[in-house]
Amino acid sequence: MTQSHLLTVLIFLPAAGSLALLLLRSDDQIWLRRLALTISLAELALSSLLLVGFDRANALYQFEEMYNWISQPAIHYHLGVDGISLFLVLLTTLLTPISVAASWNSVHDRMKGFFVSLLILETGVIGVFLALDLFLFFLFWEVMLIPMYFLIGLWGHERRIYAALKFILYTMLGSILMLLGIIWLFNVSGSFDLPAIQAAIQSGRIAFPPNTELLLFGAFFLAFAIKVPLFPLHTWLPDAHTEAPTAGSIMLAGVLLKMGTYGMLRFCLPLFPHAAQQLAPLIAALAIIGILYGALVSLVQTNLKRLVAYSSVSHLGFVVLGIFAFTPTAVQGALYQMLNHGISTGALFLLVGMLYDRRHTFEIAEFGGLATPMPVYAAFFLFVSLSSLGLPVLNGFVGEFLILNGTFQKHALWAGFAAVGVIFSALYLLWAYQRVFYGPVTADKNRSLADASVRERSLLWVVAAFILFMGVASPLITGRTESTVRNVLDQVQQTPNPNAPVLAQHSFFDRLKLAAFSHHDREAAR
Amino acid sequence: MFLLYHLWLIPALPLAGAAINGIFGRRWPHKAINTVALGSTALSFLAVLELFREFRTLPASSIPWIRSYFPWIAAGDFRADYALQIDQLTIVMLLVVTGVGFLIHIYSTGYMAHDGGYARFFAYLNLFMFFMLTLVSAANYVLLFVGWEGVGLCSYLLIGFWFLKKSATDAGNKAFWVNRVGDFGFLLGMFLIFRTFGTLDFTRVLPAAANSPADAPGQFGTFTWIALCLLVGACGKSAQLPLYVWLPDAMEGPTPVSALIHAATMVTAGVYVVARSSAIFIHSPVALTFVAVIGCATAFFAATIGLVQTDIKKVLAYSTISQLGYMFLACGVGAFSAGIFHLMTHAFFKALLFLAAGSVIHAMGDEQDMRKMGGLRKKIPITFWTMLIATLAITGVPGFSGFFSKDAILSAAYLSPYGGKVLWAFGALTVLLTSFYMFRLIFLTFYGKPQYDERKVHVHESPRNMTIPLIILAVLSIVGGWQAAPALWGGENHFEKFLAPVFAAAGASAEPSTPAMDTRTTEQQLTIAAFVLAAIGFFVAWWLVIRSKDARQKLAASLSGLYKLLVGKYFIDELYRAVVVRPLVWTSRNVLWHTIDEGMIDGTVNGVARVTRNTGDILRYVESGNTRSYATWIVLGAVIFTFALLYLAVRG
Repeated sequence: MTQSHLLTVLIFLPAAGSLALLLLRSDDQIWLRRLALTISLAELALSSLLLVGFDRANALYQFEEMYNWISQPAIHYHLGVDGISLFLVLLTTLLTPISVAASWNSVHDRMKGFFVSLLILETGVIGVFLALDLFLFFLFWEVMLIPMYFLIGLWGHERRIYAALKFILYTMLGSILMLLGIIWLFNVSGSFDLPAIQAAIQSGRIAFPPNTELLLFGAFFLAFAIKVPLFPLHTWLPDAHTEAPTAGSIMLAGVLLKMGTYGMLRFCLPLFPHAAQQLAPLIAALAIIGILYGALVSLVQTNLKRLVAYSSVSHLGFVVLGIFAFTPTAVQGALYQMLNHGISTGALFLLVGMLYDRRHTFEIAEFGGLATPMPVYAAFFLFVSLSSLGLPVLNGFVGEFLILNGTFQKHALWAGFAAVGVIFSALYLLWAYQRVFYGPVTADKNRSLADASVRERSLLWVVAAFILFMGVASPLITGRTESTVRNVLDQVQQTPNPNAPVLAQHSFFDRLKLAAFSHHDREAAR
Repeated sequence: MFLLYHLWLIPALPLAGAAINGIFGRRWPHKAINTVALGSTALSFLAVLELFREFRTLPASSIPWIRSYFPWIAAGDFRADYALQIDQLTIVMLLVVTGVGFLIHIYSTGYMAHDGGYARFFAYLNLFMFFMLTLVSAANYVLLFVGWEGVGLCSYLLIGFWFLKKSATDAGNKAFWVNRVGDFGFLLGMFLIFRTFGTLDFTRVLPAAANSPADAPGQFGTFTWIALCLLVGACGKSAQLPLYVWLPDAMEGPTPVSALIHAATMVTAGVYVVARSSAIFIHSPVALTFVAVIGCATAFFAATIGLVQTDIKKVLAYSTISQLGYMFLACGVGAFSAGIFHLMTHAFFKALLFLAAGSVIHAMGDEQDMRKMGGLRKKIPITFWTMLIATLAITGVPGFSGFFSKDAILSAAYLSPYGGKVLWAFGALTVLLTSFYMFRLIFLTFYGKPQYDERKVHVHESPRNMTIPLIILAVLSIVGGWQAAPALWGGENHFEKFLAPVFAAAGASAEPSTPAMDTRTTEQQLTIAAFVLAAIGFFVAWWLVIRSKDARQKLAASLSGLYKLLVGKYFIDELYRAVVVRPLVWTSRNVLWHTIDEGMIDGTVNGVARVTRNTGDILRYVESGNTRSYATWIVLGAVIFTFALLYLAVRG
């Protein structure tokens, strides 16, 4: 089979493009941003080829590339895409040009460095999603950190240094744990190659003692949980988000957080299925706490950007819950919600950034009555808020519904508690919306604010179109993720486990279920 | 048979109208906006009429008639399609929604003529039509939920239509939030249905439910849990105890909105869901009792608050809550078709009451306090006569539509195996209260001496685009109940017979459709009793408002405790604020945010960082205060660390 090089091109095109940017003069701002936008759009166009060539029936890796890189220890340059990573790559290539365009007029200081960072960030993120060699994965994971650190630290707001350091220290802590895990895993399996290790574990050739598996799981899981972030590891996020420039927030919320949940699906579940199942109740509990806690803390924020940041904690809680419910519906929903959150929360940060461009503040109290001077902007803001609070026919509903329904089928109480988050999300979003947009204009500065410009409008239309599209046409996406998700869950459930007893799950409603519902009736119902 | 195959056209027409007016309408003249908004609604109404004609040609075996267009959600073992379903129940709902909806669209062209947000208003109104039509024609619970949340959104948008007013946007938020509490229940209900039946399609869930053994009386089985979850949702949407609190506040919206959304259509969605799920409810005696008791209690409770309201729209709001309670009562005693019948007649006369009230408010120059009206009878005769007809209908005067539907509910409450004398008694007492507050409204507004400054307020009858809908609705308020009239003389109740297949299939035919001789006598006695109670209500209202105003003061003084309780609306809003809202916000701010997040978690993190930094003081010479060099060190450190570990690992 001849290897396609599409994935390699996808990874390195932005980096190569950033080299081209370096050739331009630093003060040539017009061409700097035009070139950055062109590169990111080219990347987007190229990534759509993935969609064309992707075989939805195939649960395994596609577009694979495999070369020996270092022979001793055996490290491969191994790339591949499957149903889990496909749309995350597309999300990245979509959000990057949006981030570039969002920074069009708001970044003037050291613009070259800014766009170079953004493009290298894209390379790192796509590399993370496509790498199938643990060493390569780790490399990209670290590569992604550096430009993000600069984006926050150099182009951020008042407390940017604090936020950038906090971000990097938190993440480094996770990285070190993950690195230990990777090395340990290498010592046990003799390989860095993910599919090879996966196959060995599935066939039973490698079987960890229970404690080893728990520790390994823990090392990987903590690194990812910090990234997600899962309660109580989330406190870097509000600072990083609030201080990051708009483009940084969009990328951070849109794709960087997804690397955490992606890692859980890609590594934690298939490599350590028993530990994952054993710890699932604990993780689900943290996820549910995160859903409710994030929403309630969001409710009382006085800073609009912080409010959106805390809402991410809540939304990502849904994703983690869906992953650890281990039903195809819930995991599919989790995957879908990752994309939704990328688009909706990315859009919220985009909107908040537009407000900052005008008023240089995020304080809710500074606003009020903005629907009068900025009706178009206000309409888009409402639309995106509705998507974020899970209104049906918009994207958020599909994800939340699948997660909650899928979880309920096995764990009714988990879903019951998590569903309270649906009430809370309406609370914080609509309350904030009221304070920012409704009522008379209170501050004179807001009286003459310009409504969304043509550039801003076009961006918002793009985002709104995706929000609506994903709300009404979800099978076009879930149809392509289905077989991979089932494959992962099969691995979780079928991996032989000589050590641990199977944990029986009997939920509240199982016990309540009537004996009267005979098998016959249920068949009839189907 | 065109429309039977293209059911989607019916909701799609108003959706197109909403999109066109929403995107382009801002720069258009009113005429263009009217053409789009009224045109799309009128076409939708005509389409429903044609659909009705085609529907009657269908053989019974192909009802419910389902058209599935394409998949909407399909993941894991879950699947929901864009599928619409037509049966008798849906036909009734479609006729009511598009018919009354169209009339209210016409009325709005007059009422909103001078409003700056004309295009926005009609875009929202059309969007509402889309969601409401989706709600009543969906073929599965998830698509129904699309309409369900969608109408809630439109309600939110239209209550807060005048968004410069804080009270309006507060009311909009309250409506959305309280409804979300209900939606939480609805969601859980759906999950439970899916868990039990493996699907959310009506055609598979409902027959399967009908063929399963019921929960025993007093048993909290699967059916009971499903039904109670759905009931939570229904209580939110249909403003029943304890989730009714948003509806009175919703009167902040423009009056046509109150008529369409908060009286005739959206608020009846809860009743529709209960009726649609009758196969589930009928299998749970416990849930039915809940429905009946909640409905009956709400009917009575809301009516008592209505007795003392002075804002003309607030009286009608509490009246709506009360009448919705009747519909729940009907469903709760298994008389689903009576509930839907009352839903329909109520849509006519309550829409009329609101529109007429709007006409009064319009005539008075935006005055809503009835104490500042009086003597309007001669000045706005069309409004007066139509409003009087609606009042006669709601109080149940024989011959008017409300008489037939309320009579059906009360006799079912008395005679049904799920009913009882207590339910009937409270229902009947509510008739008295209804009659009192409605005639009090009529007397205060239209009789007596003018209580306003006649030099300042120039009372005028509304323009024709407002009065014509009033007249049409007045006709409907009279004749709208006549399909059931023959039952009075032992004949057939045509309405019930039309709906019978829906509820018979559910195994839900608790209504004594062909009553024996002795129950007929009982029924007649019940009818007479209810009428006598209504007459008493009328007389008391006349006595207190027209005849002896002193008596009114004295009564209020002698029952001052009760009076204050009623004027204060039982202080339920204050209770919720003190028990739910304040503690939630306080805990979130002080405990979750400041104490846990900032204090404990971040405090720990920063503490660790401080210790590390103090240690790092030894390495002070690398600290240059430059961000770039910090980062360089960190990255360099990480890389060295990585490779050191890797080296050791590979060697080992």
